[in-house]
Amino acid sequence: MHADTVNRKAEALAALASVPSEPGAPKPDPILVVDNVVRRFGGLTAVEVEHVEIQRGSITALIGPNGAGKTTFFNQLTGFDTADSGAWTFNGKPMNGVSAHQVARRGMVRTFQLTKALSKLTVMENMRLGAQKQRGENFFRALFSGLWQPQEDEITVRAEELLERFKLGAKRDDFAGSLSGGQRKLLEMARALMVGPELVMLDEPMAGVNPALTQSLLGHVKDLREQGMTVLFVEHDMDMVRDISDWVIVMAQGTVIAEGPPDTIMADARVIDAYLGAHHDAPLTTAEAEEQLHQAEAELEAEIEEKA
Amino acid sequence: MDWTLIFSRAVEAGIGTEAVIYALAAIGLNIHFGYTGLLNFGQAGFLAVGAYGVATTVATLGLPFWLGIVIGLAAAVLFALLLGIPTLRLRADYLAIVTIAAAEIVRLVVRSVALQGTFGGTDGLEAFSDDFYGMNIYSPGQYGIGPIAFDHRTLWVLTVGWILVAAACAVVYLVMKSPWGRVLKAIREDEDAVRSLGKNVFSYKMQALVFGGVIGSLAGFLFALSRAATQPDLFSTELTFFAYTVLILGGAARVFGPVLGAVIFWCLLILVKTGMEEAVNHQVITFITVNQVGSINYMLVGLGLVLLLIYRPQGILGDKREIALDAR
Repeated sequence: MHADTVNRKAEALAALASVPSEPGAPKPDPILVVDNVVRRFGGLTAVEVEHVEIQRGSITALIGPNGAGKTTFFNQLTGFDTADSGAWTFNGKPMNGVSAHQVARRGMVRTFQLTKALSKLTVMENMRLGAQKQRGENFFRALFSGLWQPQEDEITVRAEELLERFKLGAKRDDFAGSLSGGQRKLLEMARALMVGPELVMLDEPMAGVNPALTQSLLGHVKDLREQGMTVLFVEHDMDMVRDISDWVIVMAQGTVIAEGPPDTIMADARVIDAYLGAHHDAPLTTAEAEEQLHQAEAELEAEIEEKA
Repeated sequence: MDWTLIFSRAVEAGIGTEAVIYALAAIGLNIHFGYTGLLNFGQAGFLAVGAYGVATTVATLGLPFWLGIVIGLAAAVLFALLLGIPTLRLRADYLAIVTIAAAEIVRLVVRSVALQGTFGGTDGLEAFSDDFYGMNIYSPGQYGIGPIAFDHRTLWVLTVGWILVAAACAVVYLVMKSPWGRVLKAIREDEDAVRSLGKNVFSYKMQALVFGGVIGSLAGFLFALSRAATQPDLFSTELTFFAYTVLILGGAARVFGPVLGAVIFWCLLILVKTGMEEAVNHQVITFITVNQVGSINYMLVGLGLVLLLIYRPQGILGDKREIALDAR
């Protein structure tokens, strides 16, 4: 198992070794290729991505300051919002205009920044819901439990395995609404796996999770790669990104400004500028410093309010 | 005061035609609102479509009774599709607005002067229920236990009605414990999450709307047949609101919630009404007249509903745990 772990990571890193650290760099085996995706809200261009490829079997992080358009970009790709223009392919098949549920069926499954546990369903029911091609989801077949019960039993076994893996086994009959924030994140990830995805898209999987659980969540994300899935995730926490990702894509003001291996990216001047402002190392007058301080505080407060 | 009269009237109402009709209407609403979270405020429209489907086919067009039933059911399905196609992609509150308007449109169309020849205007239609009563298995007379008694026509309506209620409950029970029902309940919680798991949310909401609407149209059939006549103003919005009261009283998202709610609602309504009438007639209550009893009765219904929502929002059969989670 351990040797295998090293292999998958090594494989991903080896495949990405020869890729230049430039925005829009072509990858040897892309699972997702995005071209010229644009989304405007009135006068504001929220997303304008020229070209991005996601390497199959890797963990790719999508980072960027608040309002960079990461989540909007996610929404375009997964059919939760309609792009104004652009095209993208998943496994070589065009995906624009495909509705959200079709995207999921084709193997591209997402989670949400604000966790969407189905509170009044039990943890087990949440899990079962993720399974695809259920015979009992047809109204007329639903009337005859003999037609779907055997499949339901198989689904339950699979769900139990996943719940054990995510340490939620003891919670299987609790309402999802009674779980803690971190457990809901785990449940959402486990539920997404019930779909049997090829590409897992996690929107801020670590947001609002206590540090103790963060490590376990990180382990689960790495685990996805070991099982042959591709992971694309949005994150704020740089340390986390450095720890688990094979490749990092940086967005700012709707566009991809840089991409590359985590260590290269952390040192990239464009990235530091995007996060800290272009003149963060230039000498300041006292007045300017004061003003920037106020601005930063205001932004922080806005962020806190947004989260609350 | 005649206590026997008061209690026998109350029991008769609790198992009588109104209770059956409201039970069926609320079972339909339970599928919409209780399980799927669709805020349908136009259930009266589904009843009207069912009632006028059968009445128009038989009384106006002179076609057979059973064809009328089929047309009534088909009309309910069509009504659900018409409502759902433009609104189910929108937020839940839009559905509430559109359904309340659509139900009113149905009522105004069937009472319009221009279509009086077809739907009978404000007088409505009659003479379409002979075939139904022709199938009556009871011979003419009064049937009952002690002071509680129904004539053979009412008893026939009640027999058919309670069989329909039982059948509807059985179907709801079966589908709601299946994966199909699980998808509906999940949609009620968060439809984006359900989309992200590869389910066609629009299709499921439409199926729920049709299913609940068809059960509503069964209530419409019984409404028309029990009176052997149908008038447009029977299907005003207050019918929908009473059905919601029944549903919330019994407990939403529970198979027997609407049935229990309907029985208790009508039992209490008539108990209080007859009780007040008797009290006024026997000078126990002197400050109101018999004519005012009806209005006061409905005020008490409103008060009761308010108290219910404050102290027992989950209804009689509901699960407190499920409600508490909303107060996160």
